[in-house]
Amino acid sequence: MGVKTTSRRGDVFLWLCAAVLLFLLYQSGFFTEAAWDDFGRRFYQNFIKDRRYMMLVDGLKATLFMTAFSTLIGLAVGLILSVIRVAYKGGVPIRLLNAFAECYITVLRGTPAMVQLLIWNFTIFASARDLNTQYIAILAFGLNSGAYVAEIFRGGIESIDPGQMEAGRSLGLSYGASMRYIVLPQALRNVVPMLFNEFIALLKETSVAGYIGIDDLTRAGQNIQALTLEHSQPLVMVAIIYLVIVMFLTGVVRRLEQWLSRGRRG
Amino acid sequence: MDNANNAPMIEVRDLCKVFGDLTVLKGISTSICKGEKVAVIGPSGGGKSTFLRCLNRMEEPTSGVIRFKGEDITAPGCDIDQVRRHMGMVFQHFNLFPHLTVRRNITLAPTQLKIMDPAKADKRAEELLARVGLADKVDEWPERLSGGQKQRVAIARALAMDPDVLLFDEPTSALDPEMIGEVLEVMKELADEGMTMYLVTHEMGFAREVADRVLFMDGGLIAEEGTPEDVFDHPREPRTVEFLSKVLRR
Repeated sequence: MGVKTTSRRGDVFLWLCAAVLLFLLYQSGFFTEAAWDDFGRRFYQNFIKDRRYMMLVDGLKATLFMTAFSTLIGLAVGLILSVIRVAYKGGVPIRLLNAFAECYITVLRGTPAMVQLLIWNFTIFASARDLNTQYIAILAFGLNSGAYVAEIFRGGIESIDPGQMEAGRSLGLSYGASMRYIVLPQALRNVVPMLFNEFIALLKETSVAGYIGIDDLTRAGQNIQALTLEHSQPLVMVAIIYLVIVMFLTGVVRRLEQWLSRGRRG
Repeated sequence: MDNANNAPMIEVRDLCKVFGDLTVLKGISTSICKGEKVAVIGPSGGGKSTFLRCLNRMEEPTSGVIRFKGEDITAPGCDIDQVRRHMGMVFQHFNLFPHLTVRRNITLAPTQLKIMDPAKADKRAEELLARVGLADKVDEWPERLSGGQKQRVAIARALAMDPDVLLFDEPTSALDPEMIGEVLEVMKELADEGMTMYLVTHEMGFAREVADRVLFMDGGLIAEEGTPEDVFDHPREPRTVEFLSKVLRR
């Protein structure tokens, strides 16, 4: 599961990042002479004047807020769905619940998150106009993420030796107690890196929230564009902010993987 | 029950188990009394482990009746979790919980089932570990133990529930040869203390030494049953003779 990070591979990674950044800067006109002349003026227009950087800050706040709470919903939904599926497979008579879970996972993984977001906003909550659209987005992204998290959890649970469940049951613990105290803690530990990657994906996924009128980070960039009629700087800045956050989180995952594998050895 | 000492602790009647189109148990009837040690031997695929695992319904019997202290545990209304508290099981691959310390491995079930408070369970875990010779491993992680030590912890874990009977499913088969002795020693002590034991094993010497009775299983049936002397020294069935000649030659 873990990508082994040698120093050489780390170097290549850094160079690649640098290349991408340079390319983005090139795209934004950073290296053309004429643009370079008024780069500072445009930067001032886009980000400093009228405290426009606050639009990005507020947008980032909205993005992180949505990501954080969708993550929580995704975790809860995913855990419940995966336990239903595993328990049904293990002989617990919950045919209807299992059918629901399978349906849920199929539909939510089989349709684009953005379409789901639009349906939640314009169909299901169409009449609830006084509801904060951010809550609708959190619900939409959270429920969508839950379907993916469910599959991650299920893989984690099924990777645990059946002997663990048997040992718990042989001591008189119920199926639920064995699952909760014996199987799930081990499964969770195995899937932490994959869950983290799912949340990184979710962070980027929330960039479509602007379609239902939420001023998230992406939309904030577009709003600045609309004010300054500047075509590239705001969006490149938005991209850089996403990239920095994702790189930071990716670093956290890598640390986590190392820490977990060390813990496993003893 | 006044005649608890005479009545069998576990009574099995016409036990059958079918996996798909494979009939593993073809009608087993036997019983074990309190304090009795019964060794189950026989060739691989003869149904020994399946028989043992049916006794606490790790495997669901296809048909037949199993009575534990008089109660039909195959009846639909039976609370199997309640029954299992009194039937310990020791597995071939130990199945210790790797995410818990040795102490928590032992105390998990008694505390979760509210049989003991944490302090008492801790004390009991330490006593049991001392009994299996691992008093110094109480706060160790399972991964850091040898196979023999793991199996001794597993035995302590089963004992923490104060079971009436212990089911051993090839407890030494996954061990390196030099570790078999330490596990057998613990089992011998348990036997001497009067524990009721079912033991599926390939350790013929140990079966002979410890068992009161030996079941030879082959082809899903009990082919021969008797005292160790009967079965090992004077086997009547040709199948038993053949099996013993193979395993004892080694």
